[in-house]
Amino acid sequence: MKRFARHAIFYGALIAIWAVLAKLKMWPPYVFPTPKGVAESLWAGFADHSFWIAIAVSMKRMLLGYSLSVVLGMVLGLGVASNKFLEETVGGLLVSLQSLPSICWLPLAVLWFGLTEKAILFVVVMGSLLSVTIAMEAGRQQMPKIYSMAGRNLGARGFKLFWYVLLPASLPFILSGLKQGWAFAWRSLISGEMIFVSLGLGQLLMMGRDLNDMSQVIAVMMLIVAIGYIVDGLVFKTIERRLQHKWGLAPAT
Amino acid sequence: MTPNPLVQSSFASEPRRPVRGAISRWKVEAGLSVLPLRHARAGGVPKVSLQGISLSYKTNDGSQLLALDNITLKVKPGEFLCIVGPSGCGKSTLLHLIAGLQQATSGNVLVDDKIVQGTGTDRILIFQELGLFPWLTVGQNVEFGLKMKAVPKKEREEKTQYYLRLVHLSQFKDSYTHQLSGGMRQRVALARALATEPDVLLMDEPFAALDAQTRDLLHEELERIWAETGRTIIFVTHNVREAVRLGDRVALMTFRPGRVKQEYLIDLPRPRVLEDITVAKSAREILDDLREEINKSLEEQYGQEEVSA
Repeated sequence: MKRFARHAIFYGALIAIWAVLAKLKMWPPYVFPTPKGVAESLWAGFADHSFWIAIAVSMKRMLLGYSLSVVLGMVLGLGVASNKFLEETVGGLLVSLQSLPSICWLPLAVLWFGLTEKAILFVVVMGSLLSVTIAMEAGRQQMPKIYSMAGRNLGARGFKLFWYVLLPASLPFILSGLKQGWAFAWRSLISGEMIFVSLGLGQLLMMGRDLNDMSQVIAVMMLIVAIGYIVDGLVFKTIERRLQHKWGLAPAT
Repeated sequence: MTPNPLVQSSFASEPRRPVRGAISRWKVEAGLSVLPLRHARAGGVPKVSLQGISLSYKTNDGSQLLALDNITLKVKPGEFLCIVGPSGCGKSTLLHLIAGLQQATSGNVLVDDKIVQGTGTDRILIFQELGLFPWLTVGQNVEFGLKMKAVPKKEREEKTQYYLRLVHLSQFKDSYTHQLSGGMRQRVALARALATEPDVLLMDEPFAALDAQTRDLLHEELERIWAETGRTIIFVTHNVREAVRLGDRVALMTFRPGRVKQEYLIDLPRPRVLEDITVAKSAREILDDLREEINKSLEEQYGQEEVSA
Protein backbone atom coordinates (compact mmCIF):
# COMPACT_ATOMS: atom_id res chain seq x y z
CA MET A 1 0.00 0.00 0.00
CA LYS A 2 2.93 2.28 0.74
CA ARG A 3 4.23 1.66 -2.74
CA PHE A 4 0.85 2.49 -4.23
CA ALA A 5 0.78 5.73 -2.23
CA ARG A 6 4.21 6.73 -3.52
CA HIS A 7 3.10 6.05 -7.08
CA ALA A 8 -0.11 8.01 -6.60
CA ILE A 9 1.77 10.99 -5.21
CA PHE A 10 4.34 10.91 -8.02
CA TYR A 11 1.84 10.67 -10.86
CA GLY A 12 -0.55 13.11 -9.19
CA ALA A 13 2.26 15.65 -8.93
CA LEU A 14 3.27 15.03 -12.55
CA ILE A 15 -0.28 15.67 -13.78
CA ALA A 16 -0.58 18.72 -11.53
CA ILE A 17 2.60 20.27 -12.96
CA TRP A 18 1.37 19.42 -16.43
CA ALA A 19 -2.00 21.06 -15.72
CA VAL A 20 -0.33 24.19 -14.32
CA LEU A 21 1.99 24.48 -17.31
CA ALA A 22 -0.95 24.06 -19.69
CA LYS A 23 -2.93 26.63 -17.72
CA LEU A 24 -0.14 29.19 -18.22
CA LYS A 25 -0.84 28.96 -21.98
CA MET A 26 2.82 29.44 -22.89
CA TRP A 27 2.28 27.23 -25.97
CA PRO A 28 -0.76 26.68 -28.19
CA PRO A 29 -2.82 23.55 -27.38
CA TYR A 30 -1.67 21.71 -30.53
CA VAL A 31 1.83 21.90 -29.11
CA PHE A 32 1.06 21.39 -25.44
CA PRO A 33 -2.35 19.87 -24.65
CA THR A 34 -4.10 20.02 -21.28
CA PRO A 35 -4.55 16.87 -19.18
CA LYS A 36 -8.26 17.38 -19.55
CA GLY A 37 -7.95 17.46 -23.34
CA VAL A 38 -6.00 14.21 -23.34
CA ALA A 39 -8.52 12.58 -21.02
CA GLU A 40 -11.30 13.69 -23.33
CA SER A 41 -9.46 12.29 -26.33
CA LEU A 42 -9.05 8.98 -24.55
CA TRP A 43 -12.71 8.91 -23.63
CA ALA A 44 -13.82 9.85 -27.13
CA GLY A 45 -11.52 7.32 -28.71
CA PHE A 46 -12.92 4.47 -26.63
CA ALA A 47 -16.47 5.78 -26.96
CA ASP A 48 -16.44 5.74 -30.77
CA HIS A 49 -14.60 2.40 -30.75
CA SER A 50 -11.69 3.69 -32.83
CA PHE A 51 -9.24 2.89 -30.01
CA TRP A 52 -10.71 -0.55 -29.45
CA ILE A 53 -10.43 -1.33 -33.14
CA ALA A 54 -6.86 -0.04 -33.26
CA ILE A 55 -5.90 -2.11 -30.21
CA ALA A 56 -7.52 -5.20 -31.66
CA VAL A 57 -5.79 -4.77 -35.01
CA SER A 58 -2.41 -4.12 -33.43
CA MET A 59 -2.70 -6.98 -30.96
CA LYS A 60 -3.69 -9.38 -33.70
CA ARG A 61 -0.56 -8.44 -35.64
CA MET A 62 1.52 -8.75 -32.52
CA LEU A 63 0.22 -12.17 -31.63
CA LEU A 64 0.67 -13.45 -35.15
CA GLY A 65 4.08 -11.91 -35.70
CA TYR A 66 5.37 -12.75 -32.26
CA SER A 67 4.23 -16.37 -32.31
CA LEU A 68 5.82 -16.76 -35.71
CA SER A 69 9.10 -15.37 -34.55
CA VAL A 70 9.05 -17.48 -31.38
CA VAL A 71 8.58 -20.67 -33.36
CA LEU A 72 11.13 -19.70 -36.00
CA GLY A 73 13.54 -18.37 -33.40
CA MET A 74 13.41 -21.55 -31.36
CA VAL A 75 14.06 -23.77 -34.34
CA LEU A 76 16.85 -21.50 -35.54
CA GLY A 77 18.33 -21.10 -32.07
CA LEU A 78 18.31 -24.84 -31.43
CA GLY A 79 19.87 -25.47 -34.82
CA VAL A 80 22.59 -22.95 -34.20
CA ALA A 81 23.21 -24.27 -30.69
CA SER A 82 23.49 -27.88 -31.76
CA ASN A 83 25.87 -27.44 -34.66
CA LYS A 84 29.31 -25.93 -34.37
CA PHE A 85 29.47 -24.90 -38.01
CA LEU A 86 26.10 -23.16 -37.86
CA GLU A 87 27.09 -21.52 -34.61
CA GLU A 88 30.16 -19.96 -36.15
CA THR A 89 28.50 -18.88 -39.39
CA VAL A 90 24.81 -18.23 -38.84
CA GLY A 91 25.32 -17.37 -35.17
CA GLY A 92 27.81 -14.68 -36.03
CA LEU A 93 25.56 -13.26 -38.73
CA LEU A 94 22.62 -13.09 -36.34
CA VAL A 95 24.60 -11.16 -33.76
CA SER A 96 25.75 -8.64 -36.34
CA LEU A 97 22.23 -8.29 -37.75
CA GLN A 98 21.01 -7.43 -34.29
CA SER A 99 22.56 -3.99 -34.59
CA LEU A 100 20.14 -3.23 -37.42
CA PRO A 101 17.01 -1.40 -36.16
CA SER A 102 14.08 -3.51 -37.24
CA ILE A 103 12.34 -0.62 -39.00
CA CYS A 104 15.16 -0.76 -41.56
CA TRP A 105 13.48 -3.91 -42.83
CA LEU A 106 10.38 -1.93 -43.79
CA PRO A 107 11.56 -0.60 -47.18
CA LEU A 108 12.59 -4.12 -48.13
CA ALA A 109 9.31 -5.53 -46.85
CA VAL A 110 7.28 -2.96 -48.82
CA LEU A 111 9.14 -3.79 -52.01
CA TRP A 112 8.65 -7.52 -51.44
CA PHE A 113 5.09 -7.57 -50.18
CA GLY A 114 3.71 -4.14 -51.14
CA LEU A 115 1.75 -2.04 -48.67
CA THR A 116 0.13 -5.07 -47.15
CA GLU A 117 -0.40 -6.84 -43.87
CA LYS A 118 2.47 -9.16 -44.77
CA ALA A 119 4.92 -6.28 -44.88
CA ILE A 120 4.06 -5.25 -41.34
CA LEU A 121 4.19 -8.83 -40.12
CA PHE A 122 7.59 -9.19 -41.72
CA VAL A 123 8.88 -6.18 -39.81
CA VAL A 124 7.44 -7.50 -36.55
CA VAL A 125 9.00 -10.91 -37.09
CA MET A 126 12.36 -9.43 -38.00
CA GLY A 127 12.14 -7.22 -34.93
CA SER A 128 11.87 -10.05 -32.46
CA LEU A 129 13.27 -13.06 -34.32
CA LEU A 130 16.88 -12.26 -33.55
CA SER A 131 16.46 -11.84 -29.83
CA VAL A 132 14.43 -15.01 -29.59
CA THR A 133 17.00 -16.94 -31.63
CA ILE A 134 19.94 -15.69 -29.65
CA ALA A 135 18.11 -16.33 -26.38
CA MET A 136 17.23 -19.86 -27.46
CA GLU A 137 20.78 -20.57 -28.51
CA ALA A 138 22.16 -19.29 -25.23
CA GLY A 139 19.44 -21.10 -23.30
CA ARG A 140 20.19 -24.38 -25.00
CA GLN A 141 23.86 -24.02 -24.15
CA GLN A 142 23.30 -22.92 -20.56
CA MET A 143 20.75 -25.62 -19.91
CA PRO A 144 22.33 -28.33 -17.75
CA LYS A 145 23.23 -31.30 -19.97
CA ILE A 146 21.83 -33.71 -17.43
CA TYR A 147 18.23 -32.95 -18.45
CA SER A 148 18.70 -33.94 -22.04
CA MET A 149 20.59 -37.07 -20.98
CA ALA A 150 17.91 -37.98 -18.46
CA GLY A 151 15.25 -37.40 -21.11
CA ARG A 152 16.98 -39.61 -23.65
CA ASN A 153 17.61 -42.22 -21.00
CA LEU A 154 13.88 -42.36 -20.25
CA GLY A 155 13.04 -42.87 -23.88
CA ALA A 156 12.44 -39.34 -25.18
CA ARG A 157 13.56 -38.82 -28.76
CA GLY A 158 13.25 -36.27 -31.54
CA PHE A 159 10.27 -34.01 -31.16
CA LYS A 160 9.27 -35.49 -27.80
CA LEU A 161 12.72 -34.77 -26.44
CA PHE A 162 12.45 -31.19 -27.66
CA TRP A 163 8.91 -30.61 -26.47
CA TYR A 164 8.97 -32.37 -23.12
CA VAL A 165 12.57 -31.83 -22.09
CA LEU A 166 14.68 -29.32 -24.01
CA LEU A 167 12.01 -26.64 -24.19
CA PRO A 168 10.87 -26.68 -20.55
CA ALA A 169 14.44 -27.14 -19.35
CA SER A 170 15.66 -24.09 -21.21
CA LEU A 171 12.64 -21.92 -20.48
CA PRO A 172 14.14 -20.16 -17.44
CA PHE A 173 17.16 -19.31 -19.56
CA ILE A 174 15.22 -18.03 -22.56
CA LEU A 175 12.46 -16.22 -20.76
CA SER A 176 14.30 -12.90 -20.65
CA GLY A 177 15.02 -13.27 -24.36
CA LEU A 178 11.36 -13.98 -25.07
CA LYS A 179 10.46 -10.89 -23.09
CA GLN A 180 12.97 -8.79 -24.96
CA GLY A 181 11.64 -10.24 -28.21
CA TRP A 182 8.15 -9.12 -27.28
CA ALA A 183 9.35 -5.60 -26.50
CA PHE A 184 11.22 -5.39 -29.81
CA ALA A 185 8.23 -6.75 -31.71
CA TRP A 186 5.98 -4.17 -30.08
CA ARG A 187 8.31 -1.31 -31.06
CA SER A 188 8.69 -2.60 -34.61
CA LEU A 189 4.96 -2.95 -34.98
CA ILE A 190 4.20 0.62 -33.91
CA SER A 191 6.93 2.02 -36.13
CA GLY A 192 5.70 -0.05 -39.03
CA GLU A 193 2.11 1.04 -38.52
CA MET A 194 3.15 4.69 -38.41
CA ILE A 195 4.67 4.59 -41.84
CA PHE A 196 1.71 3.47 -43.82
CA VAL A 197 -2.03 3.58 -43.41
CA SER A 198 -2.96 0.32 -41.83
CA LEU A 199 -5.37 0.90 -38.94
CA GLY A 200 -3.68 -0.02 -35.68
CA LEU A 201 -2.26 2.15 -32.94
CA GLY A 202 0.65 3.46 -34.99
CA GLN A 203 -1.69 4.86 -37.53
CA LEU A 204 -3.86 6.53 -34.88
CA LEU A 205 -0.73 8.24 -33.69
CA MET A 206 0.06 9.57 -37.15
CA MET A 207 -3.55 10.58 -37.64
CA GLY A 208 -3.27 12.77 -34.54
CA ARG A 209 -0.26 14.44 -36.07
CA ASP A 210 -2.04 14.96 -39.41
CA LEU A 211 -4.98 16.58 -37.65
CA ASN A 212 -2.76 18.70 -35.40
CA ASP A 213 -4.55 16.91 -32.56
CA MET A 214 -1.87 16.76 -29.88
CA SER A 215 -4.37 15.43 -27.32
CA GLN A 216 -4.91 12.35 -29.44
CA VAL A 217 -1.16 11.91 -29.98
CA ILE A 218 -0.55 11.94 -26.25
CA ALA A 219 -3.58 9.70 -25.60
CA VAL A 220 -2.36 7.07 -28.06
CA MET A 221 1.16 7.25 -26.70
CA MET A 222 -0.23 6.57 -23.24
CA LEU A 223 -2.16 3.65 -24.63
CA ILE A 224 0.96 2.18 -26.22
CA VAL A 225 2.89 2.49 -22.98
CA ALA A 226 -0.01 1.02 -21.01
CA ILE A 227 -0.33 -2.03 -23.23
CA GLY A 228 3.40 -2.66 -23.19
CA TYR A 229 3.42 -2.34 -19.43
CA ILE A 230 0.43 -4.61 -18.92
CA VAL A 231 1.86 -7.39 -21.09
CA ASP A 232 5.22 -7.16 -19.40
CA GLY A 233 3.86 -6.79 -15.90
CA LEU A 234 1.04 -9.29 -16.09
CA VAL A 235 1.91 -11.90 -18.67
CA PHE A 236 5.67 -12.20 -18.39
CA LYS A 237 5.90 -11.50 -14.68
CA THR A 238 3.31 -14.20 -14.02
CA ILE A 239 5.17 -16.73 -16.12
CA GLU A 240 8.39 -15.75 -14.44
CA ARG A 241 6.95 -16.11 -10.98
CA ARG A 242 5.47 -19.50 -11.78
CA LEU A 243 8.73 -20.75 -13.19
CA GLN A 244 10.64 -19.57 -10.17
CA HIS A 245 8.16 -21.26 -7.91
CA LYS A 246 8.32 -24.54 -9.79
CA TRP A 247 12.08 -24.57 -10.05
CA GLY A 248 12.47 -23.43 -6.48
CA LEU A 249 14.49 -20.40 -7.53
CA ALA A 250 12.53 -18.04 -5.29
CA PRO A 251 10.15 -18.43 -2.39
CA ALA A 252 6.55 -18.82 -3.47
CA THR A 253 4.48 -15.69 -3.07
CA MET B 1 36.21 -66.28 -23.36
CA THR B 2 37.70 -67.32 -20.07
CA PRO B 3 35.59 -66.71 -17.01
CA ASN B 4 36.78 -64.07 -14.62
CA PRO B 5 38.43 -65.35 -11.48
CA LEU B 6 35.86 -65.32 -8.78
CA VAL B 7 37.35 -64.84 -5.39
CA GLN B 8 35.20 -66.31 -2.73
CA SER B 9 34.96 -64.12 0.31
CA SER B 10 36.93 -65.93 2.96
CA PHE B 11 34.70 -64.62 5.71
CA ALA B 12 31.43 -65.79 4.28
CA SER B 13 31.23 -68.81 6.52
CA GLU B 14 31.58 -66.83 9.70
CA PRO B 15 28.44 -66.61 11.79
CA ARG B 16 26.65 -63.39 11.16
CA ARG B 17 25.39 -61.30 14.00
CA PRO B 18 21.93 -60.08 13.08
CA VAL B 19 21.06 -56.48 13.77
CA ARG B 20 17.55 -56.50 15.06
CA GLY B 21 16.16 -53.24 13.71
CA ALA B 22 17.05 -53.96 10.13
CA ILE B 23 15.79 -57.52 10.25
CA SER B 24 12.40 -56.61 11.60
CA ARG B 25 12.00 -53.84 9.04
CA TRP B 26 12.84 -56.24 6.28
CA LYS B 27 10.29 -58.74 7.45
CA VAL B 28 7.53 -56.21 7.76
CA GLU B 29 8.06 -54.64 4.39
CA ALA B 30 9.05 -57.42 2.08
CA GLY B 31 9.13 -60.79 3.72
CA LEU B 32 12.02 -63.15 3.19
CA SER B 33 10.04 -65.36 0.85
CA VAL B 34 10.73 -63.02 -2.07
CA LEU B 35 14.44 -63.70 -2.01
CA PRO B 36 14.61 -67.16 -3.59
CA LEU B 37 12.64 -65.92 -6.63
CA ARG B 38 15.64 -63.97 -7.73
CA HIS B 39 17.90 -66.97 -7.48
CA ALA B 40 15.52 -69.09 -9.49
CA ARG B 41 15.89 -66.67 -12.36
CA ALA B 42 19.67 -66.72 -12.29
CA GLY B 43 21.76 -68.70 -14.70
CA GLY B 44 21.49 -69.26 -18.42
CA VAL B 45 21.85 -66.31 -20.76
CA PRO B 46 23.42 -63.28 -19.09
CA LYS B 47 21.12 -60.30 -18.81
CA VAL B 48 23.87 -57.86 -19.66
CA SER B 49 27.09 -58.77 -21.28
CA LEU B 50 29.93 -56.40 -22.06
CA GLN B 51 32.26 -57.68 -24.74
CA GLY B 52 35.64 -56.03 -24.97
CA ILE B 53 34.44 -52.49 -24.35
CA SER B 54 37.12 -49.90 -24.98
CA LEU B 55 36.83 -46.16 -25.07
CA SER B 56 39.44 -43.63 -26.02
CA TYR B 57 39.10 -39.96 -26.66
CA LYS B 58 41.21 -37.01 -27.61
CA THR B 59 42.48 -34.85 -24.79
CA ASN B 60 43.00 -31.11 -25.08
CA ASP B 61 46.66 -31.48 -26.02
CA GLY B 62 45.69 -33.74 -28.90
CA SER B 63 46.87 -37.06 -27.53
CA GLN B 64 44.63 -40.10 -27.29
CA LEU B 65 43.57 -41.10 -23.82
CA LEU B 66 42.46 -44.66 -23.25
CA ALA B 67 39.68 -44.41 -20.66
CA LEU B 68 38.34 -47.94 -20.76
CA ASP B 69 40.38 -50.89 -21.89
CA ASN B 70 38.79 -54.11 -23.08
CA ILE B 71 36.16 -54.50 -20.40
CA THR B 72 34.38 -57.80 -20.40
CA LEU B 73 31.69 -58.46 -17.84
CA LYS B 74 28.63 -60.63 -17.56
CA VAL B 75 25.69 -59.89 -15.34
CA LYS B 76 23.16 -62.58 -14.59
CA PRO B 77 19.43 -61.85 -14.64
CA GLY B 78 18.37 -60.51 -11.27
CA GLU B 79 21.96 -60.08 -10.14
CA PHE B 80 23.15 -57.11 -8.13
CA LEU B 81 26.58 -56.19 -9.44
CA CYS B 82 28.59 -53.43 -7.84
CA ILE B 83 31.47 -51.78 -9.63
CA VAL B 84 34.08 -50.06 -7.49
CA GLY B 85 37.19 -48.19 -8.48
CA PRO B 86 39.19 -45.06 -7.75
CA SER B 87 37.75 -41.82 -9.02
CA GLY B 88 38.68 -41.27 -12.63
CA CYS B 89 38.69 -44.96 -13.53
CA GLY B 90 35.79 -44.50 -15.92
CA LYS B 91 33.16 -46.39 -13.98
CA SER B 92 30.53 -43.72 -14.58
CA THR B 93 31.46 -43.65 -18.24
CA LEU B 94 30.95 -47.39 -18.37
CA LEU B 95 27.38 -46.95 -17.13
CA HIS B 96 26.75 -44.26 -19.73
CA LEU B 97 27.97 -46.68 -22.37
CA ILE B 98 25.63 -49.41 -21.15
CA ALA B 99 22.78 -46.89 -21.08
CA GLY B 100 23.61 -45.98 -24.67
CA LEU B 101 24.19 -42.32 -23.88
CA GLN B 102 27.73 -42.64 -25.15
CA GLN B 103 29.33 -44.72 -27.87
CA ALA B 104 32.19 -47.10 -27.17
CA THR B 105 35.24 -46.92 -29.41
CA SER B 106 35.10 -50.68 -29.74
CA GLY B 107 33.27 -53.59 -28.22
CA ASN B 108 29.63 -54.40 -27.73
CA VAL B 109 26.96 -54.11 -25.09
CA LEU B 110 24.57 -57.04 -25.18
CA VAL B 111 21.26 -57.34 -23.40
CA ASP B 112 19.66 -60.78 -23.55
CA ASP B 113 22.35 -61.78 -26.06
CA LYS B 114 21.36 -59.00 -28.47
CA ILE B 115 23.63 -56.10 -29.28
CA VAL B 116 22.07 -52.82 -28.18
CA GLN B 117 22.76 -49.42 -29.63
CA GLY B 118 21.59 -46.06 -28.36
CA THR B 119 19.30 -45.54 -25.44
CA GLY B 120 16.49 -47.89 -24.59
CA THR B 121 14.03 -48.17 -21.76
CA ASP B 122 15.20 -51.68 -21.03
CA ARG B 123 18.25 -50.05 -19.41
CA ILE B 124 17.53 -47.08 -17.19
CA LEU B 125 20.31 -45.09 -15.59
CA ILE B 126 19.96 -43.23 -12.33
CA PHE B 127 22.43 -40.40 -12.59
CA GLN B 128 24.68 -39.27 -9.82
CA GLU B 129 23.08 -35.83 -10.08
CA LEU B 130 19.69 -37.57 -10.51
CA GLY B 131 18.52 -35.25 -13.30
CA LEU B 132 15.01 -34.99 -11.95
CA PHE B 133 12.98 -32.51 -13.96
CA PRO B 134 12.35 -29.44 -11.80
CA TRP B 135 9.48 -28.25 -13.99
CA LEU B 136 7.48 -31.39 -13.23
CA THR B 137 5.92 -32.56 -10.00
CA VAL B 138 7.11 -35.73 -8.32
CA GLY B 139 4.23 -37.67 -9.88
CA GLN B 140 4.91 -36.26 -13.33
CA ASN B 141 8.59 -37.13 -12.99
CA VAL B 142 7.75 -40.72 -12.21
CA GLU B 143 5.24 -40.78 -15.05
CA PHE B 144 7.67 -39.32 -17.58
CA GLY B 145 9.12 -42.52 -19.02
CA LEU B 146 5.67 -44.03 -19.41
CA LYS B 147 4.48 -40.93 -21.21
CA MET B 148 7.38 -41.21 -23.62
CA LYS B 149 6.39 -44.81 -24.23
CA ALA B 150 2.86 -43.58 -25.01
CA VAL B 151 1.33 -45.74 -22.30
CA PRO B 152 -2.41 -44.96 -21.88
CA LYS B 153 -3.20 -42.38 -19.24
CA LYS B 154 -5.05 -44.68 -16.89
CA GLU B 155 -2.27 -47.24 -16.82
CA ARG B 156 0.25 -44.45 -16.34
CA GLU B 157 -1.57 -43.20 -13.30
CA GLU B 158 -1.82 -46.64 -11.78
CA LYS B 159 1.85 -47.36 -12.28
CA THR B 160 2.86 -43.95 -10.97
CA GLN B 161 0.81 -44.61 -7.86
CA TYR B 162 2.30 -48.05 -7.47
CA TYR B 163 5.91 -46.97 -7.74
CA LEU B 164 5.41 -43.91 -5.57
CA ARG B 165 4.02 -46.20 -2.92
CA LEU B 166 6.95 -48.56 -3.38
CA VAL B 167 9.36 -45.77 -2.44
CA HIS B 168 7.01 -44.37 0.22
CA LEU B 169 6.36 -41.05 -1.48
CA SER B 170 2.64 -41.28 -2.21
CA GLN B 171 1.74 -38.13 -0.35
CA PHE B 172 4.37 -36.11 -2.20
CA LYS B 173 2.93 -36.77 -5.64
CA ASP B 174 2.12 -33.12 -6.27
CA SER B 175 5.23 -31.59 -4.73
CA TYR B 176 8.04 -30.18 -6.82
CA THR B 177 11.39 -31.85 -6.49
CA HIS B 178 13.11 -28.86 -4.88
CA GLN B 179 10.69 -29.15 -2.00
CA LEU B 180 12.05 -32.57 -1.09
CA SER B 181 15.07 -33.63 0.93
CA GLY B 182 18.07 -35.30 -0.66
CA GLY B 183 16.97 -38.79 0.32
CA MET B 184 13.46 -38.22 -0.96
CA ARG B 185 14.81 -37.00 -4.27
CA GLN B 186 16.84 -40.19 -4.51
CA ARG B 187 13.68 -42.18 -4.07
CA VAL B 188 11.89 -40.14 -6.74
CA ALA B 189 14.73 -40.95 -9.13
CA LEU B 190 14.45 -44.61 -8.20
CA ALA B 191 10.69 -44.60 -8.74
CA ARG B 192 11.07 -42.76 -12.04
CA ALA B 193 13.56 -45.35 -13.26
CA LEU B 194 11.50 -48.31 -12.02
CA ALA B 195 8.25 -46.98 -13.50
CA THR B 196 9.43 -47.66 -17.04
CA GLU B 197 9.97 -51.22 -15.86
CA PRO B 198 13.47 -51.67 -17.17
CA ASP B 199 15.17 -55.06 -17.07
CA VAL B 200 18.38 -53.42 -15.99
CA LEU B 201 18.78 -50.64 -13.50
CA LEU B 202 22.04 -48.71 -13.74
CA MET B 203 22.94 -46.66 -10.71
CA ASP B 204 25.77 -44.16 -10.72
CA GLU B 205 26.92 -43.43 -7.15
CA PRO B 206 23.35 -42.57 -6.25
CA PHE B 207 23.93 -42.32 -2.51
CA ALA B 208 27.29 -40.55 -2.48
CA ALA B 209 25.94 -37.17 -1.44
CA LEU B 210 23.67 -38.38 1.34
CA ASP B 211 24.14 -38.38 5.08
CA ALA B 212 24.85 -41.72 6.73
CA GLN B 213 21.40 -42.35 8.17
CA THR B 214 19.58 -41.58 4.96
CA ARG B 215 22.01 -43.77 3.08
CA ASP B 216 21.47 -46.71 5.43
CA LEU B 217 17.75 -46.36 5.00
CA LEU B 218 18.01 -46.22 1.23
CA HIS B 219 20.28 -49.26 1.21
CA GLU B 220 17.55 -51.17 2.98
CA GLU B 221 14.90 -49.87 0.63
CA LEU B 222 16.93 -50.59 -2.46
CA GLU B 223 17.61 -54.13 -1.27
CA ARG B 224 13.91 -54.61 -0.58
CA ILE B 225 12.81 -53.15 -3.91
CA TRP B 226 15.39 -55.18 -5.74
CA ALA B 227 14.09 -58.34 -4.08
CA GLU B 228 10.49 -57.36 -4.81
CA THR B 229 10.96 -56.40 -8.43
CA GLY B 230 13.68 -58.85 -9.42
CA ARG B 231 15.54 -56.30 -11.53
CA THR B 232 19.14 -56.65 -12.58
CA ILE B 233 21.15 -53.86 -11.00
CA ILE B 234 24.56 -52.53 -11.92
CA PHE B 235 25.61 -50.18 -9.18
CA VAL B 236 28.68 -47.98 -9.41
CA THR B 237 30.28 -46.63 -6.25
CA HIS B 238 33.64 -45.60 -4.87
CA ASN B 239 32.59 -46.92 -1.46
CA VAL B 240 33.72 -50.53 -1.07
CA ARG B 241 31.62 -51.13 2.02
CA GLU B 242 28.54 -49.97 0.21
CA ALA B 243 29.39 -52.33 -2.64
CA VAL B 244 29.77 -55.27 -0.27
CA ARG B 245 26.62 -54.25 1.60
CA LEU B 246 24.55 -54.34 -1.57
CA GLY B 247 26.17 -56.53 -4.21
CA ASP B 248 25.98 -60.19 -5.08
CA ARG B 249 29.25 -59.56 -6.80
CA VAL B 250 31.75 -56.72 -6.78
CA ALA B 251 33.94 -55.85 -9.73
CA LEU B 252 37.05 -53.80 -9.01
CA MET B 253 38.26 -51.47 -11.74
CA THR B 254 41.79 -50.22 -12.27
CA PHE B 255 42.81 -46.62 -12.58
CA ARG B 256 43.29 -45.32 -16.12
CA PRO B 257 42.87 -47.13 -18.33
CA GLY B 258 39.87 -48.68 -16.65
CA ARG B 259 40.03 -52.45 -16.64
CA VAL B 260 38.30 -55.05 -14.56
CA LYS B 261 41.05 -55.99 -12.15
CA GLN B 262 39.25 -58.50 -10.02
CA GLU B 263 35.80 -59.81 -9.25
CA TYR B 264 34.57 -60.88 -5.84
CA LEU B 265 31.58 -63.02 -5.07
CA ILE B 266 29.80 -61.75 -1.98
CA ASP B 267 27.63 -64.52 -0.65
CA LEU B 268 26.86 -63.02 2.72
CA PRO B 269 23.29 -63.64 3.83
CA ARG B 270 20.76 -60.89 3.24
CA PRO B 271 19.54 -58.54 4.45
CA ARG B 272 22.94 -57.15 5.27
CA VAL B 273 23.92 -54.24 7.43
CA LEU B 274 26.70 -51.81 6.68
CA GLU B 275 28.16 -52.08 10.18
CA ASP B 276 28.19 -55.85 10.13
CA ILE B 277 31.58 -57.38 10.85
CA THR B 278 31.35 -59.76 7.88
CA VAL B 279 30.59 -56.86 5.57
CA ALA B 280 33.54 -54.98 6.99
CA LYS B 281 35.87 -57.95 6.60
CA SER B 282 34.90 -58.58 3.00
CA ALA B 283 35.27 -54.89 2.29
CA ARG B 284 38.74 -54.93 3.88
CA GLU B 285 39.89 -57.54 1.41
CA ILE B 286 38.70 -55.59 -1.58
CA LEU B 287 39.97 -52.34 -0.13
CA ASP B 288 43.51 -53.68 -0.02
CA ASP B 289 43.36 -54.34 -3.74
CA LEU B 290 41.71 -50.99 -4.37
CA ARG B 291 44.39 -49.12 -2.43
CA GLU B 292 46.97 -49.96 -5.08
CA GLU B 293 44.78 -48.30 -7.68
CA ILE B 294 44.13 -45.29 -5.49
CA ASN B 295 47.88 -44.90 -5.02
CA LYS B 296 48.31 -44.98 -8.77
CA SER B 297 45.76 -42.21 -9.19
CA LEU B 298 47.41 -40.17 -6.44
CA GLU B 299 50.84 -40.63 -7.99
CA GLU B 300 49.50 -39.31 -11.24
CA GLN B 301 48.04 -36.25 -9.56
CA TYR B 302 51.16 -35.43 -7.55
CA GLY B 303 53.30 -36.13 -10.58
CA GLN B 304 51.37 -33.57 -12.57
CA GLU B 305 51.66 -31.03 -9.80
CA GLU B 306 55.42 -31.43 -9.73
CA VAL B 307 55.60 -30.91 -13.46
CA SER B 308 53.58 -27.74 -13.32
CA ALA B 309 55.49 -26.39 -10.29
